[in-house]
Amino acid sequence: MTDLAPVLQFKGVTKSFVNGSAAVPVLRGVDLSMDAGETVALTGESGSGKSTLLHIAGGLDTADEGTVHVAGHDLGPLSDSARAEVRRKDVAVVFQQFNLIPSLTVSDNIAFQARLAGRVDQDLIKRLSQRLGLTDHLGKYPETLSGGQQQRVAIARAIAARPKLLLADEPTGNLDEVTAAEVLDQLLQLVEETGAGLLLVTHSRAIAARMKRQLNLRQGRLA
Amino acid sequence: MIRACLVALLSHWRRNPLQLFAFLAGLALATALWAGVQAINAEARASYDAAAATLGEGQFDQIVPKAGGSITQQDFVALRKAGWLVSPVIDGRHDGVRLLGFDPLSSPASFGVGQVAQTGNLAAFLDPGQLYSNAETAERLQTDIQIVIDPAIAPGIAVGDIGVVQHVLGRNDLTRLLLHPVQPMIRPALVDLVPGLRLQPANQTSDVGELTDSFHLNLTAFGLLSFAVGLFIVYSAIGLAFEQRRGLVRTLRALGVPLGFLVILMLIEILLLALLGAGLGIVLGYLIAAVLLPDVAITLRGLYGAEVAGTLEFRASWWASGLAIAVLGTLAAAGGRLWQIWQMPLLASARPRAWAMTSGRVQRVQSIAAIGLLMCAAAFLWGGSGLLAGFAVLGLFLIGAALALPVVVRPVLRYAEHAAKTPQYRWFWADTQQQLPGLSLALMALLLALSANIGVATMVSSFRLTFVDFLDQRLAPELYVEATDTAHAASIEETMAKLDVPVLPLLTIDIEVRTQPAQLFGVRVGPTYRDNWAFLDAETDAWDQVEAGAAVIANEQLARRAGLWVGDEISIAPGVSLPIGAVVADYGNPKGQVVIGETLFRQLHPDVTLQRFGLRTSEPQQLRDVLTNDLGVANSAIRDQSAIKAFSLQVFDRTFTVTAALNVLTLAVAGFAMLMSLLTLADLRVPQLAPVWALGLTRRKIGQLELLRAVVFAALACLFALPVGLGLAWVLLAVINVEAFGWRLPMFLFPADYVRLGIYAILAAVAAAAWPAWRLARTPPNALLKVFAHER
Repeated sequence: MTDLAPVLQFKGVTKSFVNGSAAVPVLRGVDLSMDAGETVALTGESGSGKSTLLHIAGGLDTADEGTVHVAGHDLGPLSDSARAEVRRKDVAVVFQQFNLIPSLTVSDNIAFQARLAGRVDQDLIKRLSQRLGLTDHLGKYPETLSGGQQQRVAIARAIAARPKLLLADEPTGNLDEVTAAEVLDQLLQLVEETGAGLLLVTHSRAIAARMKRQLNLRQGRLA
Repeated sequence: MIRACLVALLSHWRRNPLQLFAFLAGLALATALWAGVQAINAEARASYDAAAATLGEGQFDQIVPKAGGSITQQDFVALRKAGWLVSPVIDGRHDGVRLLGFDPLSSPASFGVGQVAQTGNLAAFLDPGQLYSNAETAERLQTDIQIVIDPAIAPGIAVGDIGVVQHVLGRNDLTRLLLHPVQPMIRPALVDLVPGLRLQPANQTSDVGELTDSFHLNLTAFGLLSFAVGLFIVYSAIGLAFEQRRGLVRTLRALGVPLGFLVILMLIEILLLALLGAGLGIVLGYLIAAVLLPDVAITLRGLYGAEVAGTLEFRASWWASGLAIAVLGTLAAAGGRLWQIWQMPLLASARPRAWAMTSGRVQRVQSIAAIGLLMCAAAFLWGGSGLLAGFAVLGLFLIGAALALPVVVRPVLRYAEHAAKTPQYRWFWADTQQQLPGLSLALMALLLALSANIGVATMVSSFRLTFVDFLDQRLAPELYVEATDTAHAASIEETMAKLDVPVLPLLTIDIEVRTQPAQLFGVRVGPTYRDNWAFLDAETDAWDQVEAGAAVIANEQLARRAGLWVGDEISIAPGVSLPIGAVVADYGNPKGQVVIGETLFRQLHPDVTLQRFGLRTSEPQQLRDVLTNDLGVANSAIRDQSAIKAFSLQVFDRTFTVTAALNVLTLAVAGFAMLMSLLTLADLRVPQLAPVWALGLTRRKIGQLELLRAVVFAALACLFALPVGLGLAWVLLAVINVEAFGWRLPMFLFPADYVRLGIYAILAAVAAAAWPAWRLARTPPNALLKVFAHER
C-alpha cells in the first residue's frame, strides 16, 4: 500500500436485495475511484442505492460481485472481524441519525473511535472540540444537546480517529439550513486539514456543489 | 479496545441505575431465598452426619433388646465371657440432652466417639470423668461433671465414659452393645446366651437423614419457586437493558468492534454482574437462614427427633450451589438476548424494537407453550409416580399457568375497551393492552407468588383442620403413664381396675412389612377406639376382626408405601399373615404402623413387657394424684392429653412457620418485580403519554390512571391465581403429600383468606405503582414537549 493508491476503489460492484421471491438489483456494476484528500458528493433519488454504496464502502455490507478496495485493503475476501478492523482503523462514518453512545459523555464519545483504533491524540480532540464549539458541552450527555450539536460530536468522533476515508450519510439531513451550512463548513475544513477522503451522500445540490467531484447514482450506475 | 468497549457497555448501567438495581436486587433476592433454604438443609444434613458418626449408627452391627427394654450388665458379661467382642453403650436423656456413655477401652477403633477419648486426655476422661459436647449443648447441661467443648460432637448430644454417664443418668443398665467388625470364628449362638437380645445389622438402623428427606425436599421446592420468581425480575431487567442497547451494539459494530468480541464482552459483563448479585444474595441468604434455622431445628426435633445445630456455618456446599444457580439462571435469562444480538444484522434498525409491544406470533407461541406445559403436567399426573414426578407436575402446571396469563388477560382488556363509554377510558383500556407485554413478566411473577400463597395456605389450613380433628381422635385417653418395670405396671393396672378406670395398654415392637420398617401395636379394643378412630377405608366389622385376631389395621403411609389396602394380606410375624381390616390416617408420623388386638400381640410377643398405658378418666387431676401419691409414679412419667395436644400443635405450627416465612418473602419478591417493571417502563412511557397530555389530559389524571392500571392488573392476576392456587393446593394435598409423607389430606376452602390475600396483592400493586405514577404525574412539560421536537 502506498499513499498514491486510491483510498477507495470500486470495480464492477453489483448488489441486489431480495424482495419476496424476486431479486431487486440496486447496484449494477459500479466503478469508482477516490484519492486521499478528495471530496466526492454522491447524489441520487431515494432508493437509488446511495446508502448501499456507502455501506459497502464502509465494510458495513458486502458486494455481490466486483471488488472493493479501501485504503489498500481488498474487502472481498476479508472475514467479518478483519472488515471490522478496517472500519476501526481506516474508515469513519458520520450517520444522519448521529449514532452517538447515549450513556457516554460528549468527551468520551469524541474519543471513542480513536480509543478503539488505539491512537488517541488528546491535542487533536481538544482542538476539535474548540473548532466545533463543543468545549462547554464535554461533560454533558448527548440527549441534552441539540441536533446540530450532536452532529458536531459525531463529526468530531470521526475526525479524531484520523481515518483515511470518511463516509457521511446525509450528515446535515436533520439540521436546519443555517446549522447545516455551519456543520458542513467545519467538516470540509477538517477533512482538508487531515487529508482524509470524503464520500458524502446528499439530496442537496447546494451541498453537492461544494465537493470537488459530484457523482449521481441512477438505476444502479454512476454517472 | 477492550477497555473502551467495556466502558461503553458498563456506562449503560451507570446511566440507568434503576435497571442495574433491578437486576442486582432481583438476582440477590432470588439467590437469597434459594441459598437460605440450601443453607438450612446443609446444616441439618451436617448435623445428621455428625449424629450418625457420634452414635455409630449405620457403622457397626449392634446387639439390642428384642422388646425395646434395656440390657443388663450380666448380659454383657455373659457375651464377653463367651467370646463375643462387644462394647457397651448407654443412651439416655438428661436436661433435654442425649447422653451417650461408652467404654473407650473396648469400643471399635473407628467408632466416632471413641476417637474423642483418644484425642483427649484418657486418664481425665475416665477418672474423675468428663463429658464432651459442643458449646451450645454444654450450656444446656446442668451437672457437676467437667464438660469439655468439642465442636465435632453432634448437636444435642454429650458423650462420656460409660460409668460417668450411668452416674449422671442414675442407671446401671446398658442400651446396646456395639459389635467389633472382626469376631472370633466360633461363638455360642446369641439366642442361647441372651434370649432377650437380638442382632441388629448396621444397615437396619433408622436413618434420620432418610426420614427427613421429604421435609428438605419441600423446602428445596419452595426455594426453587422463590428463585424462579426472582429470576423473572432478572429476565425483565436484562431484556430491557439489551433492547435499549441495540443502538449501542450497532454503533459499536459500525465503528469497528467485531461481533464475536462484542458478544463475549457482553457475556463477561453479565457474568460479572451475576457474580455481584449472587454474592449479595448469598449474604442475604445466610441472614435468612440464620433467622429461620431455630424454627426448623425445633420442627425437626419435634417431627423426627433429629437434633440440628441452632447456629449456622458458612458451608461451601450451599453457597457454591447458590452461586452456581444464580450464574446459570442469569445465563439462561441472557442467553436468548445474546443470541438475538449475534443474529442481528449490522444494518438492522437501531431503535429499540418496541420492547413493550409484542407480535401476534409471540402470543401464539406463548399460548402453544402454555398448552404444551399444561398437557405435560397432566401426563405426569396420570403416568408419573414418585416425588420427583409430583414436583414435575407442580412445576409444569405453574409455569404453564403463568405463560397462559397474558393470553387470558388480553381478551378481557379488549372487551373492556369495547365496553368503555368515554374516549378517555377507551384510550385507557387500549393503552393497558399495550402495556401488557412489558408488564407480563412481572404479572407472571405476581401470579406465581399469589398461587403459591393460595395453594400453600389452603394446604396448611386443610392440614391443620384435619390434624386437630385427628389429634382429638387419637389422643382420647386423658392421661398417659409410663411404669418403671413390669411389676410396677401390673400394680398400676390392678389399681385402675379397682377404680373402674379403663386402661389402654400401649404395647409396641419394631417389625418389617414388605421391606418397610414399621411399628406393631397391640391395643385393647374397646369403646375408645371404636368411637374415636375414623378410618379412611374399612371392612364393616373391622374392630371386631381386630379384637378376634383375624385382621389388622394399617396406617395410611404404610399402606401406600407397601402398595396395600383393605383386604390385602400383611405379614406381621414369621408365618402369621392377616388381612387389613381398615386403613387409618396417621398424620405427622413418618413411620408405618400396624395395629392388632392385645391378645394376639401377647401371643406373638410374650417377651414384650407392658410399661406404658393410656388411662380414660373424667377427673384427670384426681387420677394423677392417685398415681403419684399411691402408686409411686413420678410426675415426669405422667403426661396429660392436653399437654400432648398442645405440644403437637406447637410442633405443627412451628413446622409451617418456615413455609409461611418463605411465602411472605416470595410475595415480597413479586411485589418488587412489579415495582421494578413499572419503574423501568415509566421512562419508556413518556412518548406514549405525551400525545394524550397534548390532547388535554392532565399529568395528575395520567398519574391516577397509571395507579388504576396497576389495580386492574393486580386484580386480574388475583382472579387468575385463585384457580391456579387451588389447583396447586390439590397437587400438594393429593400428590406431593402422598409421595412425600404417605398420607392424603382432605381439601377445605378458605374464601375469607383468599379475599384477604387479594386485598394485600392489590395494596402491594398500588404501593409498587405509586412511585412510578407519581414520577409520571410530575414529568416536566418540556420532557413531554421533546417528544414532538424530534430532538430528544
